[in-house]
Formats: sequence, C-alpha cells, structure tokens
Amino acid sequence: MSEYTAIKVLWKRELLRFVRAKSRIAGSLGMPLFFLLFLGTGLNSAISGTGGNYMEFIAPGIIGMVLMFSSVANGLIVIMDRQFGFLKEVLVAPVSRLSIVAGKIFGGATTSIAQAAIIMLIMPFLGVSFALSGMITAFAFMVLISIAFVGLGIAIASKMEDMHGFQLVMNFLVMPLFFLSGALFPLTNLPSWLKVLTMIDPLTYGIDGMRGALTGSSAMPLWMDFGILALFCAAMIALGAWLFTKKSTGN
Amino acid sequence: MEYAIETEKLTKKYGELTAVDGLDLRIKRGEIFGLLGPNGAGKTTLISMLCTMLEPTSGKARVNGFDVETQASEVRKSIGIVFQDPSLDDELTAWENLDIHGELYGMRGGAKQKAIENALQIVELYDKKDELVKHYSGGMKRRLEIARGLMHAPAVLFLDEPTIGLDPQTRRHIWDSVRKMNREKGVTVILTTHYIDEADVLCGRVGIVDHGKIVACDAPSKLKTKGESLEDVFLRLTGSDIREEKASNQTMRLRMRAWNR
Repeated sequence: MSEYTAIKVLWKRELLRFVRAKSRIAGSLGMPLFFLLFLGTGLNSAISGTGGNYMEFIAPGIIGMVLMFSSVANGLIVIMDRQFGFLKEVLVAPVSRLSIVAGKIFGGATTSIAQAAIIMLIMPFLGVSFALSGMITAFAFMVLISIAFVGLGIAIASKMEDMHGFQLVMNFLVMPLFFLSGALFPLTNLPSWLKVLTMIDPLTYGIDGMRGALTGSSAMPLWMDFGILALFCAAMIALGAWLFTKKSTGN
Repeated sequence: MEYAIETEKLTKKYGELTAVDGLDLRIKRGEIFGLLGPNGAGKTTLISMLCTMLEPTSGKARVNGFDVETQASEVRKSIGIVFQDPSLDDELTAWENLDIHGELYGMRGGAKQKAIENALQIVELYDKKDELVKHYSGGMKRRLEIARGLMHAPAVLFLDEPTIGLDPQTRRHIWDSVRKMNREKGVTVILTTHYIDEADVLCGRVGIVDHGKIVACDAPSKLKTKGESLEDVFLRLTGSDIREEKASNQTMRLRMRAWNR
C-alpha cells in the first residue's frame, strides 16, 4: 500500500513539474512543429506529382520523435535530482528502489504522451487528420514507446556522473535512432546497410505501428511491430530499474 | 531497546582510506547528542551508514533497535534527516515539498495537513507556503529542510550541520524547535556541527570524532577542565592543524554526495 502511494506521489511530482515548466514545454514542441511545418510542407510539394501525401506520412514519425526525445530527457531529470539533492530525500525514505523507478517511469511516460498529444491536437490545423479508431491503436504504441525510452533515459542517467554527457547521448544516440526509424522516409527500397540499421532501431517498430494504425499502411504487420516494441519496452524497464538500483545501493 | 544508536566496531573503508575505523558508539533514547570533528574526520560517513545510505565495510550498527544492513527499511521508517547539502525540489512550493515527504512516510489526509502546517509554523514559513522553493533565500531553504526533517516526528533525527549559513536569530529558532521536539516527543537527536558553541548549549553529550574514531565522549561540562571552553577541548584533542581531506577521500565524498548514501 505504501509502495503504491510512493509511486503515485512521485508520478504526481513529475506532473507538477511538467505543468510548471511552460517554457520547457513550448521549447520541446518547437522542433517537431518545424519539422512538420517546413520539412513536411516543403517535401509535400516536391513529391506532390507522385500522388503521395508526405505530410501524412511523416506525422506519425513526428509523434514518435516527440515521444522519444521527451522520454529520454527524463534521464536529465534523474541527473538533476541527483545533483540538486532531491534524490537523497527520496532514497532515504521508507520506499523501495523499484517503486522510485516505477514512479519515474509512469511520470515520465505521462508527460511525454501529453506532449505528443499537444502535437496531435495541432496536426489537424496543418491539414493532417486521423480517424478516432486509429488513434486508439496508436495510443497503445505511444504508451510502449514512451515507457521504453524513459527506461532507457533512466538507465543512461544511472551511468552518468553529471549533465554534460547527456547532450552527447542526445546527439549520438537519440538523433540517429530518430533518423533511422523511418520517421522521415519509407523503409522500402533502401540500400541494404541502411535497411539493416533501420531494422535494429527499436523506434522503427513504434513508428511503423503508429503509421499503420493512423494511415492504414505499414511496412510490417501491426502485431509484429507491437510484439517487438513490447519486448524492447520490457528490456528497457528492467535495464533502467537494474542500473538505477545498482547505482543507488552499490558503493 | 534502551539505545537509539548502537554501533559495534563500525568500519567504512574506501580502498586504502579508512573513513570510519572500528567505531563504538552508544546513544540513549531521548538524548541530544553532538558529533564534532574536523573536516574529513568521518562524521558524514558515519551518518550515511546510520541512515542506510552507505553500507558498512564491517562491524554492526543498530538504529532504533534495527540493524542498518538487514532491516534497512525499518531503519528508514524510524529516522528523519536534514542533510548537509540541499535536497529540496526547487520547482515545487514549500507545501508541495512537505506534502511529498508526508506521503513518502505514509501520512494521510488530515494528519498530513496538520503535520505540514505545524512544521511550517515552527520554522515560520507558513505565510510563504505557496511560494516556489527556488524563490526562497538560502536561510529559508535551510529552515524548510529542517521543517521537513521534523515533520514526521521520527524516533531518531539526524541533523548534519543544520545551521550552517544561518543568522543567529534563525539558529536560535531552530535550537528551540529541536529542543521542543526532543522534550515533547522524545525524539533522539544526533547533530553534527562546526559551531562548537551550538553543541555546547544544545547537546547533553558530545562525541569528538577524529580519524574515524571517537576520541572523547561525554557531557560538555565533564570534558572541560578548568576554564576551558568546549572549543579548547576540541582543539586539544584533535590538534590545531588544518585538515586536508585526501584526494581519494575527496572524490569519494563527491561521489557520495552526488547520491548521498
């Protein structure tokens, strides 16, 4: 019972911090909106002759981008909590380490999904709209993507001493994962080296799944996307919980 | 369960360096006990072990009758701590910080409300309860940390240099509330400080720690020989050289502080 309360209160804390940080929300929405508006519109007119709708194609990719970036960024909150000391307050409380990780994961996933939802609300004004039924399936993928990448963020944060390294992770891990995920281009007819890389990228399955749910065309069957993503998600929860616990109990 | 704190040959080694060295200490229930010692003497390491944030290399320690290694969760339920370094969430209000604390310690509804109000009134921050902590001054943050430590009326309260950087008025206030807690609720208080006069007025007994060992442990009045102040006693026992913490110790301390175990 008290573990449940602990998870709830840590979740609530993430939400409180999230609604307070209006400039951070605005900042995090800037890049995906520009991608959608400028890249989307620009390439849309470039390929309009071929009959495809590029804007509609990248919309699920942009949702995935928002989810992954904001989820991994939760690692930054873990590092900040450690540097500014709040983590000590939590670690000395009569609460298990697993509950702390669970609170962080649920809190981080909720705020990521909220950010993605804001983008989705803006999309119809840019001429992209989806059916409600598709959105419900897409939501399941959104939950998996956000939980998985918050887990990854916590795992990375547990391996880092300070904030400086985190920018490196953003540039050398998160950016490639985004570009290789098929968010911006179709996965068909790729050179084989690139194809292999896209298949290794777990975000590929999340975006393909959302695209299938929202637009009806996906490179792989939805059950396969969902299955692989669910496995990745479970692995990241385990990795995050393990490394966080190790860091905070080991000497 | 006569003792609030009981250690037996408690030792913590960082590689070559022995931060706490076979330390034996007994603190009775209801005491206000001062831990004094030069920088790097091992006070914070000792407290970290007693708070279950750091595992001993060898030896035993019991807090409120519970073993710090095998009954860590019972120990955590028994203690409150005001850390040497800040540990508040700056982005939240004072009330929210205490609310989180209350929930983490299993407090609910009306009892929680009352405890928060009470704690904020003790440190006279009730009027500023809805202000974000990042807008607080250093002294106000310190007071809020202390309020948080007092809030759940722990059996044992650790105060690691609680009044550092505070003005005399605020220090007095904090002394009064610590005494009140101790008297009315029987809370055992373990306090580290560099203000020797603070230990002198506040503590029934003090232990002077040096090189990871207790070099003297008694009531301040009994430690003093004719005409000496407690500070004289302290310098007599620990020498007047300025201590440099060894590099390895320093990095360990930094790492430890990062997670403060």
